[in-house]
Amino acid sequence: MTAPTFDLGTLHGGLRLPILKDESTAQVIQHVPVPAQLVLPLAQHAGEPAHPVVSIGERVLKGQLIADADGIISAPVHASSSGKVVAIEQWPVSRRLGENAPCIIIECDGLDRAVHLSEPIVPFEKQSPNILFQKILHGGIVGLGGAVFPTAHKLMEATTESLEHLILNGVECESYISCDDMLMREHATAVVVGAQILLHALRLDHCFIAVESDKPQAIRALADALSEVQDDRIAVKQIPTIYPSGAEDQVVQLVTRKEVPTGGLPTDVGCLVQNVGTAAAVYDWVCKGEPLISRVTTVTGDGVASPMNVKSRIGTTVADVVNFIGGYTDRANQLIIGGPMTGRSVTTDRVPLVKATNCILVLSASPQIGAEKPCIRCGDCAQVCPVLLLPQQLYWYACADNEPKLRSYGLTDCIECGCCDLVCPSHIPLTADFRSAKLRMRELADEKARAERAKQRFETRTVRLEREQLQRAHELLKQKEQVKKAGPKAIEDILERSMQPSEPDKDE
Amino acid sequence: MTITGIALVAGIGLSYASSRLPPNEDALVTKVDELLPQTQCAQCGYPGCRPYAAAIVHEAAPINLCPPGGEDTVQRLASLLGRDAMPLAQAAQTNMRESVAFIDESSCIGCTHCRDVCPVDAIVGAHQFMHTILADECTGCELCLPRCPVDCIQMKPAA
Repeated sequence: MTAPTFDLGTLHGGLRLPILKDESTAQVIQHVPVPAQLVLPLAQHAGEPAHPVVSIGERVLKGQLIADADGIISAPVHASSSGKVVAIEQWPVSRRLGENAPCIIIECDGLDRAVHLSEPIVPFEKQSPNILFQKILHGGIVGLGGAVFPTAHKLMEATTESLEHLILNGVECESYISCDDMLMREHATAVVVGAQILLHALRLDHCFIAVESDKPQAIRALADALSEVQDDRIAVKQIPTIYPSGAEDQVVQLVTRKEVPTGGLPTDVGCLVQNVGTAAAVYDWVCKGEPLISRVTTVTGDGVASPMNVKSRIGTTVADVVNFIGGYTDRANQLIIGGPMTGRSVTTDRVPLVKATNCILVLSASPQIGAEKPCIRCGDCAQVCPVLLLPQQLYWYACADNEPKLRSYGLTDCIECGCCDLVCPSHIPLTADFRSAKLRMRELADEKARAERAKQRFETRTVRLEREQLQRAHELLKQKEQVKKAGPKAIEDILERSMQPSEPDKDE
Repeated sequence: MTITGIALVAGIGLSYASSRLPPNEDALVTKVDELLPQTQCAQCGYPGCRPYAAAIVHEAAPINLCPPGGEDTVQRLASLLGRDAMPLAQAAQTNMRESVAFIDESSCIGCTHCRDVCPVDAIVGAHQFMHTILADECTGCELCLPRCPVDCIQMKPAA
């Protein structure tokens, strides 16, 4: 094995969460049939929303481009089944900001006719990295781990740094979520070949696939796939099952023992992290010509009849997905998109499943949270913080709106994992406070930049006005001098000349 | 011996003071200017934020003349200058910092009055041609509103 082996790094703090994945991993991934209607948001990725390239009433086929990337950081959107575009309008979504977002609504014809699939690039080993990057860009592939950053941009930006390792993140540390686990069990070859494509595009020789130790079946499947392709550049790395070991910087720390610096990226320590689902999506697009139009999602919780993992088309509404697996139970009360720790609760099941949706969690009752009490400064939050912050101090400064202190205590490094919330004996919603403090800090910085620009423009204008005034005074002086030079008789001369008939003109 | 000691203490004291206190009034004006909201709206009676800052430092102008800055700005100025905080002389009529001017272009007659009065050059247009506002640069100072002879400028919430 040429991939270097070294001891695992350790993670400060973290929590051992209850593992609640058995229900959803009991059966194989089920395929959700074509729904009656697809809702495809234009902004399913980080960066600029895509702009629609279809018009209302147009017929589209499965895999057809319906919205193209717009701007430097963006990703295209493809139709996930065939049908007719019936509307491009605001629709409730599960985004971080805002309730509604513009979506393309497709009424499916149920035939699921595909466009002539774009030519797969095989063998990919013969292609230059640039061709592969362009290919990945056009496939609408984004990071499926949750941040949904356009993959092609992440790869291209990474090539400017000196890289050592590619790390595929198969660590699902949140309770309930098991979609990456099932993907690795059933499509290990796709993950491994995806890794080979990424290695080739990045001109790298080492790849780790990080998997938690409580996923023996996934590890076995990966090992089988690896022995099949006989690629000794790729190695599986077992990671201890601690929340939040699946966060990007934490995976890097666990696998390589290197800490990502404050405000930096994993590329600063020579690593590029991609989700295993992203690698599989790259394989599907590059080798099979299928763009990112479906994904594996965990549907679980005690509010659904039969928890399981499903492969569904992007744009299927949560209601359709839940109907397919047997509907809600009578106790269903709360709907969360994402995991219990970092997910967001939504109020309607009309929201569509998007590229980022790794989990649909339906709970019978909101977790019991006691009433908020004053901080007793016990320090439990600092013990569990995986990025070595002091949440109790940050809380203090967030309440006081003390921006310089928040900065110096590293608020921007908070990964919002929610560990401190969970252990706080006073039930203080620390993460929510930090999130809003971060937002305020950003707003403040924006305001400052705006004021600075206005100041500069005002100063430039003042200088300009002074210059113009000086110029005018100068011209006036010059004219006065001219008049003086001509003497007092000048005006009389002019008057006289104007009285005379225009005879002197003949001379000219 | 005693005199040397006194001289030494005084010297240290002076050098400490000179390093801690602003070296000159210009630097103080800049510091005061930084606390002002930079709307350049002239509601304080001075032609812009920097002139007002200069007036505070040089002419001992009151520190409560800035409506868009609000009570927060008065507090910060008071603590910077060691003066007493006082209530605003005149409350803000509108929320300038979150609004931008908008020209109804079909009514604009191209008189350039608004363009000339804009403190941050955020209005573009030539004589007898339609004018428009650079929304990104507009500070919402409302100075252009009274100058428009056909009342075609209105304030809109900033995007």
